[in-house]
Order: sequence, then C-alpha cells, then structure tokens
Amino acid sequence: MVEIILFAPLIGAIVAGFGWRIIGEPAAQWLTTGILFLACLLSWVVFLGHDGVTEHITVLRWIESGSLSADWAIRLDRLTAIMLIVVTTVSALVHLYSVGYMAHDDHFGEANYKARFFAYLSFFTFAMLMLVTADNLVQMFFGWEGVGVASYLLIGFYYRKPSANAAAIKAFVVNRVGDFGFALGIFGLFYLVDSVRLDDIFAAAPALAETQLHFLWADWNAANLLAFLLFVGAMGKSAQLFLHTWLPDAMEGPTPVSALIHAATMVTAGVFLVCRMSPLLEFAPQTKTFIIYIGASTAFFAATVGLVQNDIKRVIAYSTCSQLGYMFVAAGSGVYGAAMFHLFTHAFFKAMLFLGAGSVIHAMHHEQDMRNYGGLRTKIPYTFWAMMIGTLAITGVGIPLTTIGFAGFLSKDAIIESAYVANGYGFWLLVAAAAMTSFYSWRLIFMTFYGKPRGDHHTHDHAHESPAVMLVPLGVLSLGAIFAGMLWYQPFFGDHHKVQTFFGIEAAEEEHAASEGFSLVAPAHAEGTATNAEGTATEPAAAEGEGHAEAQMPGQGAIFMAADNTVMDDAHHAPDWVKVSPFVAMVLGFLLAYQMYIRRPDWPARLAANQRPLYLFLLNKWYFDEIYDFIFVRPAKALGRLLWKRGDGNVIDGTINGVAMRLVPAITRLAGRVQSGYVFHYAFSMVVGIGLLLTWVVLMGGAN
Amino acid sequence: MISADIQTVLPEIVLALFAMAALLGVVYGGKDRLAGRLTSLTGLVLALIALWIAYTGEGTRTAFGGSFNDDGFARFAKVTVLLSAAAVLLMSRDYMQRRGLLRFEYPVLVALSVVGMMVMVSAGDLMVLYMGLELQSLALYVIAALRRDSAKSTEAGLKYFVLGALSSGLLLYGASLTYGFAGTTLFSGIIEAASDDISLGLLFGLVFLISGVAFKVSAAPFHMWTPDVYEGSPTPVTAFFATAPKVAAMALFARIIHDAFGGIVGEWQQIIAFLSVLSMFLGAVAAIGQTNIKRLMAYSSIAHMGFALMGLAAGSVLGVQAMLIYMAIYVTMNIGTFAFILSMEKDGRPVVEISALNMYSKREPLRALAMLVLLFSLAGVPPMVGFFGKFYVLRAAYDAGLAWLAVAGVIASVIGAYYYLRIVFVMYFGKESEALDGAMPVFQWLMLMGSAAAMVVGVVNLFGIEPLAAAAAATLVN
Repeated sequence: MVEIILFAPLIGAIVAGFGWRIIGEPAAQWLTTGILFLACLLSWVVFLGHDGVTEHITVLRWIESGSLSADWAIRLDRLTAIMLIVVTTVSALVHLYSVGYMAHDDHFGEANYKARFFAYLSFFTFAMLMLVTADNLVQMFFGWEGVGVASYLLIGFYYRKPSANAAAIKAFVVNRVGDFGFALGIFGLFYLVDSVRLDDIFAAAPALAETQLHFLWADWNAANLLAFLLFVGAMGKSAQLFLHTWLPDAMEGPTPVSALIHAATMVTAGVFLVCRMSPLLEFAPQTKTFIIYIGASTAFFAATVGLVQNDIKRVIAYSTCSQLGYMFVAAGSGVYGAAMFHLFTHAFFKAMLFLGAGSVIHAMHHEQDMRNYGGLRTKIPYTFWAMMIGTLAITGVGIPLTTIGFAGFLSKDAIIESAYVANGYGFWLLVAAAAMTSFYSWRLIFMTFYGKPRGDHHTHDHAHESPAVMLVPLGVLSLGAIFAGMLWYQPFFGDHHKVQTFFGIEAAEEEHAASEGFSLVAPAHAEGTATNAEGTATEPAAAEGEGHAEAQMPGQGAIFMAADNTVMDDAHHAPDWVKVSPFVAMVLGFLLAYQMYIRRPDWPARLAANQRPLYLFLLNKWYFDEIYDFIFVRPAKALGRLLWKRGDGNVIDGTINGVAMRLVPAITRLAGRVQSGYVFHYAFSMVVGIGLLLTWVVLMGGAN
Repeated sequence: MISADIQTVLPEIVLALFAMAALLGVVYGGKDRLAGRLTSLTGLVLALIALWIAYTGEGTRTAFGGSFNDDGFARFAKVTVLLSAAAVLLMSRDYMQRRGLLRFEYPVLVALSVVGMMVMVSAGDLMVLYMGLELQSLALYVIAALRRDSAKSTEAGLKYFVLGALSSGLLLYGASLTYGFAGTTLFSGIIEAASDDISLGLLFGLVFLISGVAFKVSAAPFHMWTPDVYEGSPTPVTAFFATAPKVAAMALFARIIHDAFGGIVGEWQQIIAFLSVLSMFLGAVAAIGQTNIKRLMAYSSIAHMGFALMGLAAGSVLGVQAMLIYMAIYVTMNIGTFAFILSMEKDGRPVVEISALNMYSKREPLRALAMLVLLFSLAGVPPMVGFFGKFYVLRAAYDAGLAWLAVAGVIASVIGAYYYLRIVFVMYFGKESEALDGAMPVFQWLMLMGSAAAMVVGVVNLFGIEPLAAAAAATLVN
C-alpha cells in the first residue's frame, strides 16, 4: 500500500508531463488530481491503522559499492505516517485548488502549460514522499534534492519573468549551502558508522557520543558535529536564520505552489530530518542548544519583518519562516512530539492561509499589495471566513489552561511550554514572536477584509468569489485548522503514555525486552549506580535503565528521547503563568492591530514616519539580502569576473591563441624554410641529427 | 638442412622467382602492352602470398644459421606489407594507365621491393638486414623516378637515392662498428655482447643503426627527403611509399632494438623517445602550412611514425603490440586516403591542391563522408579506429613510465588535428569553386569505402588484430 502511495504520484507526473499531448490538458489535470486523492486516502488508512511498530519495506536494491549498501526501502513508522498524511492531504487539495486557480492564469497567453504545472506538482509530491519514507540517508538525500529540483522548477514556473528566474536560482543556490552541510553529515556518518542505514546509525549513536572526529582545524565530538552538519542541511531547506533569504523570494511561484511547497511540506523537511535523527540528536546536547537559539531567533526575526510587509504572500511567507523556528525550538528542546505536532497543525492552517491568499489574489486580478485591498469581507465571504479560521488557528486562539482551541493554540503552547523548561532565551523570544504573529495576522485580515476599498476601484468592482474547486480545499483545510489540534493533542504531546504508544516507543520496548530477556534490562538496574558513579555512559542501556522505567534503545520507535530528557514531562508541570503567556501575547497583538488598523488607520503611517530607521530596517528584512550581496555575491561575482576575463580570457585563451596563432605558424614557417629542396641541406640535417644522438648517449653515459 | 632452410624462406623465393619470371616474360613478350594485366596479376600474387603466410605459418623457425627468422612477428609484418602493396597496385593500375605511366617495370619493381621488405622483417643478422634493405631501397629509388620525362619525378628519385645512400652509409657504419665490438653480425650474438656493460663502440654502432633505419621510417630529423619525394613521385608511388615500406622499416626497427639490443633498453629508450617526440611535433606543425595534399600526407606520415615510435620507445611487449596495431591501422587509413587522392582530377589531369576540394560534399556527399571519416581517424578522433591506435601507444608509453612522452603525444595530436580538420572544413564549408571530375574507378572507390567503413566498424574489435599483434609482439620480446 505504501508503495502505491509512493509511486502513484510519479506515474501521474510522467503521464501528465510527457503524455498530455495524447490525453489532453484537462485529462492530465484531473488524472494527477485523482491519483493524489487516492494516495491521500491510502495515507489516512495507513496513518490510522499504524500501530507504532517500525516496518521496513524493501522495494529494490539500489547501491552496492564496497561497504556502502543502500537499498531502496521504505521505513514506515509514526513519523513517516504523519508526514504521509500531511504531504498527500495538502498536495491533493492543492492539486484540486490549482485546477481552478490556473484556469484563469494568463501569464503565458495561449500557451499550453497547465499539464506541465501539474506534472511538477506531482513530481514534487513523489520526491517529498521519497524523502519522508527513506530508510537510509542516501535515499533521503535523493528525495531531498528531488524536492529541491521541483521547488526550483515551480518557483521559476513563470520563466518569462526575470524575477521568477532569479528567485528560483536564489532558492537553489541558498539550498546548496545547506545541502553541503547535509552531504558532509552523511559522509561523516558513513565514515564513522560505515553504513548509511538509519537503523545502524541510530544504534551507533551512543558510541558516536564518545568519539572524537577531526574536522577542519579541531577535534570535535562526533555526535555533536554530525548532528550540527545535518542541521545545517535542515536550516537550508527550512529557511532558518542566515539561510532564510530564499523563502520570501520563492513567493514568485504560483500561489498553490507556495501553499504546497513553501508552507506545508518541503520547508518542514528540515524539521522532519531533525526529528528523524532524534536518536543522534539526543547525544548531541550542544547542537540541541544551538538549534534552540537558531530556531528562536528565526521565529523572532521573521515575525518582526512580517510586521511591516505589504505583499500579502510575503506576510505569510515570513509567518512560515517564523513558525518553522517554533518547530525547531521544540526539536532542540528534545520534545520532538511537539515539533511534529506543530508541523502537523501548521500544515493545515498555513496551507489554508496561502490558498485563501490565492483566492484573494484571484479575486483581485493578481493584485498582491494589501494596501490596495480593503473591505473585501462582503465580496468574497467564503474566502473571508476561511482566512479568519486560519488566522484564529495561527494566532493560537483557545481557552487557556484547557485543551480546547484552534489547532495552533495547542501546538504552539506545547512548544512554548517546552521552551520554558529547556531554555529561557527560547521561551521569551517565542512569546514575543507570538505577540507579533498575532499582530501581523490580524493586520492582514483587517487590511484585506475591513475598512474601505483602496486601490483601483475597477478591480474592486469586479472582485468575485472563487469557483468551487478552490473553495472546497479551503473548507477541508479549515476543518483541519479547527480540530487537528484538539484531536491529536494527547498522542503528540499531552499524555506521556499516549505519546509513547503513538510513536511506537512502548511497542519497541516490549519487543526489545522480549528479544533480549532480562539480560540487558535487569542488570541495568543493578549496575546503574556503578556506571553512574564512574560517570561514563559506555553502556547506554544501563545508564538509561537506571532513571527511567521506560528505557529505550536509540532507533527503536519513531522518535527517541534519552532517559535524562524529561523536558516534555516537565513542560506539563510548567507554572500557569507560562501556560497563559502565549494567550496574553496573542490578545495584546490583536488589540494593537485592532487599534491601529480599525480604530485609528492613520496610526501606522505616523508610526512609520516617527520611527523611520526602525521601519526601514524591518521593511528591508534586516538588510540580510544587502549584507549577503555585499559579503558573498559581489566578491563571488568579482572573483568570477577575474577568472573569466583574466584567468580564462587572458591566460588560458591567451596562451592557446598565442600558441595556435603565433607560435605554431612561426614554427611552420621555419619548418618550411628549412625544407629548402637542397639535398645538402637535407644531408646536413641528418648529420646534425646523428651528432645530437651521439652526444646524447655519450653524455648520458650508459657506456663504459 | 638446406631443404629446411629453403622451406623457411619459400614465400620470399616464390615472390622473387615470380618477379624475375614476369620480367623475362614481358621483356620478351608484349612489354608495356602487358603492363596493365601484369600489375593486376602482381597484386593478386602478393595477396595470395599474404594469405599463404597468414594461414600456414606457425611456430618460430630460423634458417641459415640463425640469420633468418620466421616468427609470429615477421609474419604479422609480412602480411601487412603484402596486403598493402597488393592494394596499392590494384588501385594504381587505372590511374597510371590513363597517364601513360604504366610501364611493365613498375609491378616488377614493386614485387622486388616487397621481397626486400620481407627479408628485412625476418632478418636475424646484420648482413641479411642490409641485403633486404638495399633490395627494397634500390627498387624504390627507381620507381620514385618512374616518370622519367618529369623533372620533379626525376628530382625526387635522385634526392631519394642520394640521401638513401647516405643513410645506407650510416647504417653500414653502424653495422661495422657493431661487428667490430660484438665480434659477430648475428643478432643472437650481439645481444649477448650488448648486456649491462656495453662498450661505447657498440653504443655508437647502435646509434648509427638507428639513424639508418630512422631514415627509412622518415623519423625526424632524418625525414627531410619525405615531403619532396612524396610530392615529386607519381601519386600511386607515393601511396606505396606511405604504406608498405613504412611497415617494413618499422618492423625492422623493432627487430634491431629488441633482437639485437634487447638487453639495454635503457640505452635506446631515450633516443627513440627523442625521435618520436620530434617527429610528432614536426609532422604536426609543418603540415599546417601545406597546400599540396601529397606534401601534407608526407608530414602526416612523419607524425604517425612518431606515434608508432612511441610504442617502440616503451620497450615492452605492450609497446611492440601497440606499434603493430598502430601500423596496421595507419596503413589501412592511408590506403583509403590515397585512393581518394588518386581520384582527384580535373579535366583528366590530377589535382593535388587542397583548395580544389572546396564544397566537395555538395557534389559527392558519400565520398566526402568517407573522407571525413578517414580524416577524423587520422586525427585520432574517437570513436574512429585511429583513436584506438593512438590509445594503445599512449598506454604503452605511460605504462613504461614515459608519461611525459604520452602527454607530448596528446598535445601533438591536438595540433595535428588542425590540418586534418581543415580539409574537412574545406569540403563541407569551403567556398564555391570549380568542380573536380566526378568519375572514380571501381577499385579506388572500393578501397576508399572499405577503408572508411573499417574505421567505423573496426571499433567493435579492431577485426581481431589485437590478439594477433599481442602474439606477434610476444615472439619478438622475451
């Protein structure tokens, strides 16, 4: 069944991409959409029927080279199952939505391109599924690069627009930086573990924590270093601070693409990777701390930039960036359940916000500047309500101290509580970011749907509600945005035992205990004290066995939490003020937005004028692009120009041309002159030749 | 005893008897009237002897007290020589007849020179070597001047003769030095004398011997006669010069340095590498300025000899094998190319200017294509067979630790590619100009097409010559 989920989109992509001339454009669109709905249905069956036990399904042998062995295999555990439903659900809905969205797309005039769009979408889905089902790192890297390619193709889908091409290249290049780290991480793991299979790597994680690895100029702890390198890959794909610059620009792609790739699925691949590598991460405490700092900083930074953006898609893009930071904070805290929980709920409400924004843009004839919106509440009511639900979800509306609320309320609060336990820096930045999230989300709603119509009134007159194929996905996603949090709060985060069951930790334990008998678990209790006294962790099972009844071997179950990792349980017992704080922040943000955009619409402009440097700083995204341009792009271009003009042009071409056009003809002329036609010249040359040879052998002195 | 000796040299004797019988027959018979038929007959006889040697010869035999060898190496060289001589004869008949050049001496002289070549490649003694070499050379001097009424042809013959005499002198001087210091003219005796502690006199003898043979293979700096003689001689004769004698001389080269001086590879390796690199570069660079396609082919053959010498410079079994393969491919390419050159004529007169080929592809697309394949192969462009010839010698040189020589060879072949590709350029993208005559005699056409096809089809397994050459090389180097 998983094979069908995995390969059906590929087949769809191939048929639509190469066969649309035969089957026609509409058929290609509906075929890919139908296939995705089938995959989606099967994914839900897999998810709901999954019992938490990790399964390995080998599809085919792939690479056998020396000790490198990578099968094409599916690793089906809870993480995979979650990602399966996230990817296929959003993808199926986006396919459906795109049928409506692309119908009136006039970027290419009369040209046929819709089938190509759907082929790319399906191809992306395949690559993403490849990534999340991977059983070894090489296969994951394949999927990782596959989504990179699909993302490149889709961002640059309007390839006649220079800005779209530039954005596509930027996304690709920035991701290369991250991928370089990821690749180094894979190399390092293979170097030390001699395997790329996840099971082998997880089993070796405790040993890695004891290993030193020389890299660049120093010796590093292997687990920390490798986890860090893998996280660099995740930073690139998930647009974390310093490698985030491509994500806002990626909004050049068609809006459904933004919803699918740059909000719900691909950008969460980094979070998925970090959770997937949790057995390694648990042995890399410094890297975990680093992840918290990066994640929290990203959440804060992106939220500040989101405050002042005017392009509706860019606001949501920065919001995505910010929410990804939340997820990383959770992962860095060691509460992988919460990270996956937010990933899961975020996929629903962020996809919906994007699709809603797409619907607004569609209604406003591809106008994306919010300053030209206003008062659209009555013109596009369904879209308005969908956006409203999405905003309620992202800002985290719910009843404090209960588990009743929109999806974002539960998952975000889970993260903030975890961050409180793990790291104060993370906690305070996330709370501040929550306030700003609330502000910019409500700002978006108020500017778009309330107030008086601004901008071209002709456009406003013709604003119309989107067709049903676009509204149905919004409806389905809003169900998820409302209920996903409440339904799955307990298994993801809320209840210790349910989490254990959900992620297959208990099942694995039983299996483990059954197979190993008492040999490992029972002596673990006896030896525990001794091991601890020595302060070593050579026998991980023993060390873990001491503190916790639920000692777990790395690699068993979908996620791994070391015995001393009690962040999740501690988070449940966080003080009430901590639990209420995100709600308070949300309300403050809402009130401020209400004050500034409904009651006193003149305030924003005055504030921007008063605080001009700050405003420009935020509007220009903290000048990251400019700084990168100055530090990396210009020197790289200068170096390239140097190598091109001086190195290639003058030195290489110059040498070749000099030899070919001066030296060789000169010798040719010389040879022609020597060839005089006189016999005595020829004889002389022979005599000179033999003289040379004789001199040579005498000088070289082989003879006596 | 003598009957076994006779048995061993039977092919040479048969061919020599045939040549003499033909001479007597036509002198007292129809003279030049029979020349046409005699040419074809001689070609046929040469081909038959080639088949005879190829299919009956086996094992290693020596005759006349070790002064004559019949081994795999000799047979490989003989078959190549005989077949290429036969091919040249067959395709030259028509050309020479129409120019009134076809004298009965021509096939007879060719047959005699082939006898000389067969003796050369089998030589096991310096005297036999010289005998074969001179028989070959004298016949070639005469046919170079076959066109007695043409100043150019006689000049070519004379130049060739004078310089050839000089080279013979060098060779003889080397032979006498070798004899003086080794005390024997037998290769098997020389190799015992020329071991680790070689005397300077013997080394001088070696250098003079090499110089004499280098003249025959037209390796730089003993190449100067080549362009003039190639240009001056009638084209069929040029075709002959460029093929069979080169193979024979190259085989003789291998025989001397391995059979007689195989114990001191280190001494001659540098000399041959020097000759090789000089020939490759000179052939490549000097050909660029040529407008006459025959002169161009002269320089081309100098460059190709440089590559073949690279194989010899390796001083290994692999090197000799590479050289044999290279020569076989070289001969095949040259026969095709000269078949094309023979067909170049305008208003019944031969044309040798490259510029005459302007836009040739428009009028004769198939022939232009065949020529393109051959030129690419000569330049060593993959996947043509010519590339594999170069590949083998480069690998042999590299394996023998002569990486610098291999690199130089690659650079030289890049420079050399220029003038081959220039002909292709002229044929396909040149200016419009007066057309050449369209007709092409059937044998020339067959040779051109067969050779071009071989350059493409041979990629599969080189027609199985690789193991043959390996076996042949193994009998020489041990």
